[in-house]
Amino acid sequence: MTKNEFLTQLEGRLNGLPDEDIKRSLDYYSEMIDDRLEDGMDEAQAVADIGSMDSIVSEILADVPLQKLVKRRVKPKRALKGLEIALLVLGSPVWAALLLAAAIVIFALYIVLWSVVISLYAVFISFAAAVAAGIFDMCLTLFKGAALQSAMYFGIALVCAGLMILFFHIGNLAAKGAAILGKKILIGIKKCFI
Amino acid sequence: MDIQLKRGLLEVCVLAAIKNEDSYGYKIIKDIKPYVEISESTLYPILRRLQAASLLTERTAEHNGRLRKYYSITESGRKRIEEFKEEWKEIMSIYGFVTKEENCDDEK
Repeated sequence: MTKNEFLTQLEGRLNGLPDEDIKRSLDYYSEMIDDRLEDGMDEAQAVADIGSMDSIVSEILADVPLQKLVKRRVKPKRALKGLEIALLVLGSPVWAALLLAAAIVIFALYIVLWSVVISLYAVFISFAAAVAAGIFDMCLTLFKGAALQSAMYFGIALVCAGLMILFFHIGNLAAKGAAILGKKILIGIKKCFI
Repeated sequence: MDIQLKRGLLEVCVLAAIKNEDSYGYKIIKDIKPYVEISESTLYPILRRLQAASLLTERTAEHNGRLRKYYSITESGRKRIEEFKEEWKEIMSIYGFVTKEENCDDEK
C-alpha cells in the first residue's frame, strides 16, 4: 500500500468523526510515514510498519466520547423544514420507542454480563458459608463423640473449601473478561456511528 | 502486563523521552522501543491525553519541506516524572517485601 492509499483508507474509516479529529489523525500518520521514509525505508514497508488499520481506528475511537459521535451523526446538515418537524413530532411514538428499546437492549447486555460475574461470586460466598457450617458440625459431632460423623463433616468442609477457592478465581477471571468485553461493546457501538 | 498499568507507564516514558530536548513522534517511539513495546497507534492517544492534561505542549515546525510536530515538556510534566519516581520507591519497597516472602518459602 502506498502512503496516499493508506491515508485515503484511514480517512474513509474515520468518516463521521469531527473534522478536526480526522485532520489531526491524518497529519499524525502522514508525518510518521514520512519520517520512516527519511529513515531509509521504502514506502510499502513504511506503511506496513505503522500497524493494522483496525488497531489504529480502535485506538482513535476509544478516545472520542460517544456523545460527540452521536451528536455529529444526528445533527442535521441544514435547518429542518416545518413539515419535517411535524413528521418528527408525529412519528415520535415510533422512533422514540425504538430508540428507547435499543438503549434498553444495550443496558440489558451490560446487566447480563455483570450478573454472571455477581452470581459466580455468590457461589463463592455460599461455598464459604458451607465451609464454616462444615467445620461447626465437625466440632459439634466431635464433642458428642461421633468420630466417624465428624470425619465426614471434615471431608465436606475440605471439598467446599476447594470449590470456594476455585469459584473465587473463576469470579475474578469473569470480572476481568466482563470489563474487557464491556469496552469492546462500547467501541462496537461507536463504530456504528462512523 | 496489566493494560491500565502499562498505559500509565507509557505516559511517563513519553514525558521522559522529551525531558531533555523537544522531540517528534517517530523519534519518541524509537527512543522508547528498546525498553517497552510501543506503536504509533498507542502513542497517538497518549500524546493527546498528555496534551489535554497540560503535561506537554506541541508546536508545528517545518522540516525538509514538510511539517512536523514537536512536543515539549511543561513544568507539570516534569513534576509528573518526579511524582513517578517517588511512587516507584514505594512500589520497590513493596516488591522487596514480596520477594522476601518468596525467599523464606524457598528456605523451607
